[in-house]
Amino acid sequence: MRALVVGARALLVEVDSADEVAALHAELLRRRDAGELDGVREVVPAARTVLLDGVRRPAALAARIADWEVPPLAGTEGPLVTVPVRYDGPDLAEVAAAWGVAREEVAGLVGATVFRVAFCGFAPGFGYLTGLPERLWLPRRATPRTAVPAGSLALAGEYAGVYPRSSPGGWQLIGSTDAVLWDPAREPAALFAPGVRVRFTEAGT
Amino acid sequence: MTELLVLRAGALTTLQDLGRPGYAHLGVPRSGALDTAAHALANRLVGNPAGAATLETTFDGVTLRALSPVTVAVTGAPCAVRVCGRPAAWGAPVRLRAGAELDVGRAESGLRGYVAVRGGFAVQPVLGSRATDLLSGMGPPVLSAGTVLPVGPPGPDPVSGADALRVPAAPGAPGVPAELVLPLRVGPRADWFTGASLARLLSARYRVSAASNRIGLRTEGGPPLARTRGGELPSEGMVLGAVQVPPDGLPVVFLADHPVTGGYPVVGVVPEGPALNAAAQARPGVGVRFVGAG
Repeated sequence: MRALVVGARALLVEVDSADEVAALHAELLRRRDAGELDGVREVVPAARTVLLDGVRRPAALAARIADWEVPPLAGTEGPLVTVPVRYDGPDLAEVAAAWGVAREEVAGLVGATVFRVAFCGFAPGFGYLTGLPERLWLPRRATPRTAVPAGSLALAGEYAGVYPRSSPGGWQLIGSTDAVLWDPAREPAALFAPGVRVRFTEAGT
Repeated sequence: MTELLVLRAGALTTLQDLGRPGYAHLGVPRSGALDTAAHALANRLVGNPAGAATLETTFDGVTLRALSPVTVAVTGAPCAVRVCGRPAAWGAPVRLRAGAELDVGRAESGLRGYVAVRGGFAVQPVLGSRATDLLSGMGPPVLSAGTVLPVGPPGPDPVSGADALRVPAAPGAPGVPAELVLPLRVGPRADWFTGASLARLLSARYRVSAASNRIGLRTEGGPPLARTRGGELPSEGMVLGAVQVPPDGLPVVFLADHPVTGGYPVVGVVPEGPALNAAAQARPGVGVRFVGAG
């Protein structure tokens, strides 16, 4: 674990894997709730880092963090959200072929995974979900689509995600959901906030 | 209800306040006024709290009609202010009768003007803010002619009579060097760039690119930074003022609507405050220098 000072009031803590990010993020939220991170207004996990913004004395905190023992995250930590999906995406056949299974088996493979929202980005409420077994990781499409419909369940690399609104996108689209991913009038606004665990079930079953 | 009608929207006029800090982990940019000092001054002049929404204009101002009596103030980029065609004060409270037309003119120097109304613009907030975020599309739409803007109830503070409160003159103003000087705290990814590149970054002169916007101040005309390594940086959290270096090597200074994460290395950070306020007022073509700070 390496802490890099960012400007006058921020710290970027770098680790080696998505699992370590999840554990560090949980630890940082625990410590913030315990009042240890006075002034910190943003805790932003990403692929291999967690950013803390609003740190009063970044260099001092960087030195302290180096000594932290961060416990690994238990698989059962974090709220669990179940999202019904219709497996009707335009890339379903290609994904099934790449996985070497029948189209009907994709739902089972995705449904067997308990995902975790690693971080958000790209658009408000767009969560990058980790947990898919490595043998199922697929590259992005060679040519991104100019418009991916809202609610599309998509895969790219180690991540799964659901587009909260229509936008351009290059991920492989395998299904769709009516779940509202993002509603700023709702508390919480994001269905997929960092740390949330997600299961995709087949709609109508 | 007190309202103002937009007669001329200007090149790019948005509602702005102090933005939406605290939601970056959900992918929500901070947003908010780019020149925070000018925004705060406009609000102080009309007795509003700092968080009240103002209009942020870009270069050519805005024209409004008061549908009820209101008090307004114009700050930021200095410009001619007219009420029903007659000159009125810039940087001071101005009373408008019902039906009066307020014209905020073209910026004489600087870029962004702020128009506050006593009571604040009372459009519906989103996640606690009325700011228009041009990256994510959150908040009210960009102003267009014909829009009616509701005004909230005035707070307890009086209208300030003092027009002695002044924002620092913007770069490019008469008597001010036509150069934007940005203090830079080097890191966190300075090790992605050669030492010679870093030395040149802190001695060379760039110019503000016309591709700059509320997301970032783009530079051109200076030496591109050379990387010490290939490959990609996994996306990581970005702060306001981060100086990101895309593959073309030309620094981009992140402003209020910047993405919350990014995959290009950040060579350094410009501290919040006067330097970023000056950046908000720097027109395309203005010189930019980065100077080492801490």
